[in-house]
This record gives sequence, C-alpha cells and structure tokens, in this order.
Amino acid sequence: MPNDTKILNGASHRSLLSKQDAHTQKRNSAEKRFRIYGMVALSIGVLFLIFLFASILRSGLPAFTQTVVNVEFVVSQEEFNKAESKMLKTKAYQDIFVAALNAELEKRNVEIAYDKKTIERIVGKPGGTIRSYFTEDPSRVGRLAAFELTASSRVDGYFNGRVTRESLVDSRFLKAVDLDLVDALHASGIIRQAFNWNFITGTDSGVDNPGGAGLGASVIGSFFMMLVVLFLSLPIGVAASIYLEEFAPKNRWTDFIEVNISNLAAVPSIVFGILGLAVFIQFAGLPQSAPLVGGLVLTLMTLPTIIISTRASLAAVPPSIRDAALGVGASKMQSVFHHVLPLAMPGILTGTIIGLAQALGETAPLLLIGMVGFVAREYPDGFMSGFTDANSAMPAQIYTWASRADPGFYEKAWGGIIILLLFLITMNAIAIILRRRFERRW
Amino acid sequence: MREEINVETDVAVNNVKISAKDVQVFYGDNHAIKDVTVEIEDKTVTAFIGPSGCGKSTFLRCINRMNDTIDVCRVVGDIRIDGENIYDPKIDPVQLRAKVGMVFQKPNPFPKSIYDNVAYGPRIHGLARNKAELDEIVERSLRSGAIWDEVKDRLHAPGTGLSGGQQQRLCIARAIATEPNVLLMDEPCSALDPIATAQVEELIDELRRSYSVVIVTHSMQQAARVSQKTAFFHLGSLVEYGETSAIFTNPIDPRTESYITGRIG
Repeated sequence: MPNDTKILNGASHRSLLSKQDAHTQKRNSAEKRFRIYGMVALSIGVLFLIFLFASILRSGLPAFTQTVVNVEFVVSQEEFNKAESKMLKTKAYQDIFVAALNAELEKRNVEIAYDKKTIERIVGKPGGTIRSYFTEDPSRVGRLAAFELTASSRVDGYFNGRVTRESLVDSRFLKAVDLDLVDALHASGIIRQAFNWNFITGTDSGVDNPGGAGLGASVIGSFFMMLVVLFLSLPIGVAASIYLEEFAPKNRWTDFIEVNISNLAAVPSIVFGILGLAVFIQFAGLPQSAPLVGGLVLTLMTLPTIIISTRASLAAVPPSIRDAALGVGASKMQSVFHHVLPLAMPGILTGTIIGLAQALGETAPLLLIGMVGFVAREYPDGFMSGFTDANSAMPAQIYTWASRADPGFYEKAWGGIIILLLFLITMNAIAIILRRRFERRW
Repeated sequence: MREEINVETDVAVNNVKISAKDVQVFYGDNHAIKDVTVEIEDKTVTAFIGPSGCGKSTFLRCINRMNDTIDVCRVVGDIRIDGENIYDPKIDPVQLRAKVGMVFQKPNPFPKSIYDNVAYGPRIHGLARNKAELDEIVERSLRSGAIWDEVKDRLHAPGTGLSGGQQQRLCIARAIATEPNVLLMDEPCSALDPIATAQVEELIDELRRSYSVVIVTHSMQQAARVSQKTAFFHLGSLVEYGETSAIFTNPIDPRTESYITGRIG
C-alpha cells in the first residue's frame, strides 16, 4: 500500500489510465455529490409543486359543483289564481312547493317525518323563484314545470365533507336531524350534485349566500383591465425600449433612466396602488373601483417588465444585421423597423404576455383603488361601461371571498384560484406558441 | 445636380474616385487614424493591408460613414467622392451609403428570402417602378454577384440557408443592387474556405470593370492576386501606397518590407 501511494502522488500522470488516482477520485466524487444535491433540490421543488396543485384541486373543486333539489310539479290555473289573490304570495308558492316535494317522496315510498322549517333550512325559501317563473310567462301555468333549486351552503358542505352531524350541534342554519331528510332525498334522487355553471358565469352574491356566488363578473372586470394594460403598455413600452436601445445617446441621462427602470421593476405593487389612488382617482377624478383605473395602475406596474424584456431582445439581435441594413443605405429607422424589430418580436411578445400574466394575478394595487369591499353584483351593460363601471377583478374577488365569514366562501376562493391559474396557464401557453411560431419562420 | 458634379469630376480630377486628405479618426481619446492622405482610382481594386489594429478597417468605414453609428468616433479631415466632401453637413449619410456599397467580414444576409435580400436596397431607394423592373434588378445583381445559376431555382428560399461562400456572394449582389459607384469590402474572405475565397476573388476581379473596389485584407497573397493598388497601414498611418506589384517586389519603406517579409504584424 505505501508503495502504491507513492506512485499515485509522485507520478500520477504516469499511472495506468484504468486505475483512478486519488485526485481524480476526489474530483469525481465531488461531481457526483453536486449532481445529487441538484437532484434533491429539484425533487423538493417538484414535491412542493405537486403538494400545491393537489391542495388547490382538493379545496377548489367543490366550488364547481352545486347541490340541487329537483322537483317537478304542475300548478293549475285555480292554484295560480288562489296564490296570486293572497297577501303573502310567495308563501303560497312555498306551500305549493312543499306539497309537491311531499308528493315526490310519497311517490317513491319514502317515509320520513319533517316539518316545513326543515325544508326551509335545506333549500331556503324558493317561493319567490317559483312565483316569478309563472308570472313571467302565465302560459306556463297548467303545464309540468321542472325546478332545479340550489340547496343551502350547509347542505353543500355536507356533501363535500365540510359539514358533519357533529359540527351541526349548535347550528341554527341546519340541524343535525335535518340531515336525515337530506339523506332520504339524496337516496331518492331528489337531491343531487350538479355542475355549478353559475360559479363561472354568475356575479358575486351577498355575504350570506356563498352558493350563488360566481366569478363571471370579475372575469369581465379583469378582461377590461387587461385590454387597458395591453393597449397602453405594449406601444409605450416597445417605443421606449426602441428609443433607448437604438437611438438614444449613451450618456449619464440615459444611464440614469436605465437604472431607474430596473428599480421600478422592483417597486412593491402596493406602491403603484396608492399612486393610482392619489393620481387617477383623487386628482384626475376617475371613477373608483373601475377597471379603467385598475388597468392604468397595472400598466405602470407592467411597463418596466415589458421595457426590460424588449430591450433584452433588441440587444440580442446581432449587430451584423444592423450593419447590413445601414450598408445598403437604409436609414436608422428603416433598419430598426424592417430588420431588428421583426427579429426581436418573439422576445417582445413573450415579455409582454408574461407581464400581462403578472398583472392579471396582481391584487395589492386593486385593494387600494377600491376593487374590494363591495359586492360586484352586476355585469357592465356595454363595452364602454365595462371600463368605467365599478367591478371587481379575479384576484380581488378571490381576496373578498377569502375574507368572508361563511366557510362556503372558502371553497369559492379556492375555486377562483383554479380559474385564475387556468387563465395564467393559457396565457403562458400562448406565449410559448407565439415564440415557436415566429422563430420557426426561418 | 448630378450632371454638374460629373462635369466637375471630368475636368478637375483625373480618374480619381475617392480622395482623402489629412484624415484623422478618434475613438474617444484614442487617435486611431493619423493624417491619411490617399487617392483611390475608379475601376480599380485597391487593397488595404497591414497588421491587426492598424486602422485599415476604420479608414474603410470612413468612406461610407459607417463610423457615424459609433458614438465615440470622431472623423476630422476631408474625404471626397467624385469631388463631393462626404463629411459636409449637407450630405445625407443614408444617400451616401446607397452610392458606396459595403460587404462585411462575416456574411450577413438578412433572415429573409434570397430575392428579398437583393430587392431590399432597390425597394427602399425606389429604384424599381414595378415588379418586373425589380425582378430584373434582382437577376442582374445576382448575375453580377456570380451566384445567379446557383440560386435561380430557389429565389424564395431563405438567404441564411446558403453556404458561407454563397452567402458572401449574395451579400455582394445585395450591395451591387443599389447601383453603387464604390464597393467597400472589409475582409470579405476571412470567414470563407479556400474554394469560396477563390470564387469571391474571381468575382472581385469582374467587379473592377464597373466599380471602384476597396478591399481590406489580412492575406497578402490575396492583395497581390486581386488588387492593382495597395496601401499599407501601420499604427494608424498610411505608410506606403502604390502599384501592388511595386509594393510587393520593391517596397520603399522599411516597415512595409518587414511586414511583407513577415517580420512584423
């Protein structure tokens, strides 16, 4: 052994290639160790990602289903006239509904004791809904009407596992014994789970009605904000970058501007929010909570991102292309617009879409311009009012839901996050597709 | 305007295309070109030789004012093409560059089709009134660039898909398409293999019939093969200028001799 060591240390380069010397062994094991560190780091990252997606899906998917009560019955002309002549009209319809439900249960030979209050606790008071169905179109009277009524959020929670008999001991909204009826109705197919379209297309509901809450209006709000961001930040950002990168002299002023653009990219978004509140709402008098203001604030926030990525992709265009254009007598502007800009386009588009995606998920500035703290119950009536009417935006709506007391809103918030993530994934996919497309042209 | 100048040219200068007088170039504080005075003849290939960093490319780029694009670069002195001072404030560098074509060291076709590469210059200068005329210009330029036969069947294929030598000839065709008077070539063969180099050199010899060609080269053999006049630059100064045969066989300045025999550079 000592003899061996001497050979390895003294004349390593003369030793056999098939036999690794100490130095090589050390180097190889260091390399192997580093590779293992990398793989461990990667697996931790992947694990976190899986955990994140699993928990989002687990908590958010119930928001997309809705417990509904299906009842079919006929309201005869006499019943209709009688109900309409009463003082408490909706109560009369409520009674018709309860009777119909009784009939359904009898038809299925289900025997269970319950009272009117139980039914109210399970489906609320659908009398008004039923009445307006008939008064809207009186020809519906006398014909078979099928109703799909949404069950209360506690019943929803019971099916999602959020509500149990034990947790209902002190509840005044739903009693543990009511669940016997729920089970019976479920077994007989009167209560079932349906896809909750209202969650995607509907508007926000009041604080006590998580079942009726939908993200639709705030998706529209976000859409109008993104229109503002796209049509302001893309031209301004690209024009600023082209000027800075291609035309501006390199001096202390442009250096100063450059440094500050990088600084702006790092400014916390809430600062842009309070700036927007002060400048756009308090000073310029633009309407509060409007997607227009939100879009302006997010434009300020997105501009540095777009400018930085656009400048990087302009700088990546080889100078030989500029020389070639200038060499055949193109002006500076021709060389930029005919040759440099088309080559930089994939990078610019990618940067813009990434900036938009970032803006889409931004919440903090929206809090300050009043996009939370009210119930966005209405869709805008037209294209122009889409910019100026008070509306919420997806992340602001999710924030609003998350801060409401009813646990039913908790799963709505998670469901909203799923929709938001779908939008972001779509945008990133578009960015990737556009980049591939443009790069493949040659 | 042009007529007038031509008259002046015929009378005042005898076959001299470019005349530079006391040209100084500064890169910031660095004095890159010192007192260069040279007269370059029409319908002649003039080679600029010299060791790296001697200023030959810098001087070449003064002739079509490509140095304007470098912020810190400053040119002093007088360069005249056909008697007109190209550093006159009234001169538009863009117009100048259409008259003085340039071919660069690395082939740099636009990432467009072969046709569009050649047609770009005529298009922006409005040299063709219609598609037929443009087609004609493209064909003529590609023929002059000695590449027509190789690309005539794939004019709409990307220019970047050609081989290095073909790309460089395409760039020459592109430079010719704007109908320049002078063609500047900045080491046009340094990125090419010997066969492509031979083709380009042959082309340069052809071009001599119609243009005043100025070529910067590192290869003294190339200078000897293609040029009629040679200028030797050293450390920013023009050391010696004369007939190529005289420079290579009987140099006057000892520095030229050292360079040619391989002792400096």
